[in-house]
Amino acid sequence: MADLVLQTNKLNKSFGALKASSDVSLDLLTGEIHALIGPNGAGKSTLIKQIAGNIAPDSGTVELLGRDVTRLDTVARARMGLGRTFQISALAMEYTVLQNAVLGALGGQGRPFRFFRNVMKDPGLLEPARDALERVGLVDDAGRRTADLSHGQRRQLEVAVALTLQPKLFLMDEPMAGLGAAGSKELTGFLDGLRQQAPILLVEHDMDAVFALADRISVLVYGQIIATGTADEIRANAEVRRAYLGEEDAA
Amino acid sequence: MMLTRERLLNWAMIAALLIVPLAAWSLDEPFIITLATKAAILALAGVGLNIALGLGGMISLGHAAFFGIGGYAMGILAAHAQNYEPLFAWPFLFEGSNQMPLIWLVAVVFSALAALVIGALSLRTSGVYFIMITLAFGQMLYYFAISWSAYGGEDGLSIWVRNEFPGLNTLDPIQFFAIAYVILCLALVFAARLARSPFGLALAAARQNEDRVEAVGLTPFTLRLIAFVISGAITGLAGALFADLNRFVSPTMLSWHTSGEIMIFVILGGVGRLYGPVAGAALYIMLEHLLGGISDYWQIFLGLLLLLIVLFARGGLIGALAGREKAHG
Amino acid sequence: MTYILVLEQILNGLQLGVMLFLMAAGLTLVFGVMGLINLAHGSLYMVGAFAAAAVAGWTGSFLLALIASLAAAAAAGALMELVVIRRLYQRDHLDQVLATFALILIFSEGTRWLFGSFPLFLDVPSHLSGPVSLPGGIEYPLYRLTIILIGLAIAAGLFLLIARTRIGIQIRAGEADREMIAALGVDISKLYTLVFALGAALAGLAGALVGAIQSVQVGMGEPVLILAFVVIVIGGIGSIKGALAGALLVGMTDTLGGVFLPQLFAVFMDPASAASAGASLASMLIYILMAAILLVRPSGLYGGSA
Repeated sequence: MADLVLQTNKLNKSFGALKASSDVSLDLLTGEIHALIGPNGAGKSTLIKQIAGNIAPDSGTVELLGRDVTRLDTVARARMGLGRTFQISALAMEYTVLQNAVLGALGGQGRPFRFFRNVMKDPGLLEPARDALERVGLVDDAGRRTADLSHGQRRQLEVAVALTLQPKLFLMDEPMAGLGAAGSKELTGFLDGLRQQAPILLVEHDMDAVFALADRISVLVYGQIIATGTADEIRANAEVRRAYLGEEDAA
Repeated sequence: MMLTRERLLNWAMIAALLIVPLAAWSLDEPFIITLATKAAILALAGVGLNIALGLGGMISLGHAAFFGIGGYAMGILAAHAQNYEPLFAWPFLFEGSNQMPLIWLVAVVFSALAALVIGALSLRTSGVYFIMITLAFGQMLYYFAISWSAYGGEDGLSIWVRNEFPGLNTLDPIQFFAIAYVILCLALVFAARLARSPFGLALAAARQNEDRVEAVGLTPFTLRLIAFVISGAITGLAGALFADLNRFVSPTMLSWHTSGEIMIFVILGGVGRLYGPVAGAALYIMLEHLLGGISDYWQIFLGLLLLLIVLFARGGLIGALAGREKAHG
Repeated sequence: MTYILVLEQILNGLQLGVMLFLMAAGLTLVFGVMGLINLAHGSLYMVGAFAAAAVAGWTGSFLLALIASLAAAAAAGALMELVVIRRLYQRDHLDQVLATFALILIFSEGTRWLFGSFPLFLDVPSHLSGPVSLPGGIEYPLYRLTIILIGLAIAAGLFLLIARTRIGIQIRAGEADREMIAALGVDISKLYTLVFALGAALAGLAGALVGAIQSVQVGMGEPVLILAFVVIVIGGIGSIKGALAGALLVGMTDTLGGVFLPQLFAVFMDPASAASAGASLASMLIYILMAAILLVRPSGLYGGSA
């Protein structure tokens, strides 16, 4: 029986009259990739932010590894093992690729208050950093300035930094965005293997990737989850077809 | 290549700051030695600010607070010692002190405490709020010093004899210079190691991308607060030395012009460059001395120079001489 | 402590408050519309005061002096914007701080060079000097009362300008979305110069009005500038309403604290230490107020997100 890694219970969040999350309950089990899809403006970003701890829900709870984390901030949730990649790359642009990965390893290790040791000569940080870069295929670019990387390479680096944290679960916000067909395919293959290490909650627009990867798919429309199921179940779901394709096609 | 050139330049500067006063000493020109001492002390204040500003990205316009607290630590301890009036009698009798090491310790502790309080309040905000709030807290201490008549109020406090350092004659300009110079070098070594340390990596990352730092489980607020305290402590130490150099401390040390000037040292040299404050303070002293000799209104030229550097030469003096900054590491 | 003294001090606080509002309004508009922090705003206050003192000296007319202060400060502001400030809109706050600090050095030393280091005096015009009797038996200086009324009138005018006029609509649009209003065909660089000159004129007027009570000297704008910063930090940066609320709060706190804290301390201390402790605490009161407000509302009373 797979364990529950992440669970949201009836999350509600409104901005004025707009209901961005409406009784959203979803969960993530060990070993799976759970994809979250939905049209633009469906409330995916708001949901991600509530899971990561950037914004607090109006009501409902978020449980991480069996613990209620609704009141914890992003830092505390990251320390508990939430590895996150951002929709818009959030990296230290002046740093080299390796430095970004070392930063991740430093966070994973959780002891930043050392003031004298040369951080770039610390094997305890360099090894996990290099390993992570190796796994995403960026090790040859380790010495490059992050600002000089291509868009796709930055996405790879985002994943690598998340890897250095050795997280208990991944929260990935559109990792495929802007990657191109070849890059997408490569990352798809990588994520496929990654689920064995830690389950992934994947927000993604690339439907090929979603249907190829996801063990389960949840569909978010107007802040509500209208369906959760396997790829086949979602394909066959009338409500989903209506939401995505409009009334006529569903009829 | 660039990095090597900057390193060479750094060595040249720190050597020049040593050679000039030594030459002045052999030529019996004590005034030049005093100017070099002033440059070294102001550079030290800049090294302090640079940890907050360059490394941490915190635009503090209130560092005069720490500079002044350091100055008043010296003034108050030395005034009590010279007047034989105990500073306090409980829990033990303390008669003030004219010993530099103790004065420095007090200066560092109190400026660090002030930085802890000011930082904890100011770092709740960011951007323009942070600038204005640090400025306001600096000004608060300025007005407090003016109204604090027990220690001279607006007129400040004079000390008759420079404080002592075990084994040295601090009244000899070159020996006092040596003290300031050694402390500056130690501070530079410390700042260099800090920048390369795990803490420095995380701090500078928080300047570049706060979301990233949080997402790897580190707290930007804590990183910044610690850096702010270290920064304030170093600037406070510089304040104690500066007051000792002049044998005088007054609210002027706390005024926001002083904050602006410390920032100018950092900028004239080049933001984020480790040795920027050394170049900046030396340049500032030279300008003050040379232009000040030509015109009473030399700060017009300082203003114009600063304006030109900000608008057209972002890298400052070191940037102009050593080229663009390379990626760290 | 009579109620007349209290009322008098409240009026003094109001007077300081409306003057601070004239300073803070320009600062907060410039920040709200252009995203710029301008340390040299105090220099414009000084320019206004010097222009007024010079013109009053030549012509003897206080009205002309006030007009001169508006014109000189607006012109200095427009010039400052055209030559330096507009290069800073796209820069980070550090560059803005440094460049405007450089402007302070240039303006202060330039004024010292032109007018010398001795303070100038701007006299209160004879028809406005002397006390006036207010209801309740208060004798209050007519000039200070006039300042309060002018300040309140300008505050009202500013709110009308922003709420009702075309310029006001553009200003509000500019605060919401700079690119959008450029796309709508508003000449944004002209708008910026105008807003900057408007803020400058208000600062210059404040300098002239206050210059008649205090002396006109180099550096006079800086204490006021820093108070104005405290005002907009308390009120919330970018908010005119916040600037008004903050200015009145700071004006009252500073004035009443300065007068009544020493008296309060005298209740339980000997007079000499009460005077000195009271004065020390009073000088820090507005900063303590600012810190307290920040603890509760980090982006000020009327601020959005920081």
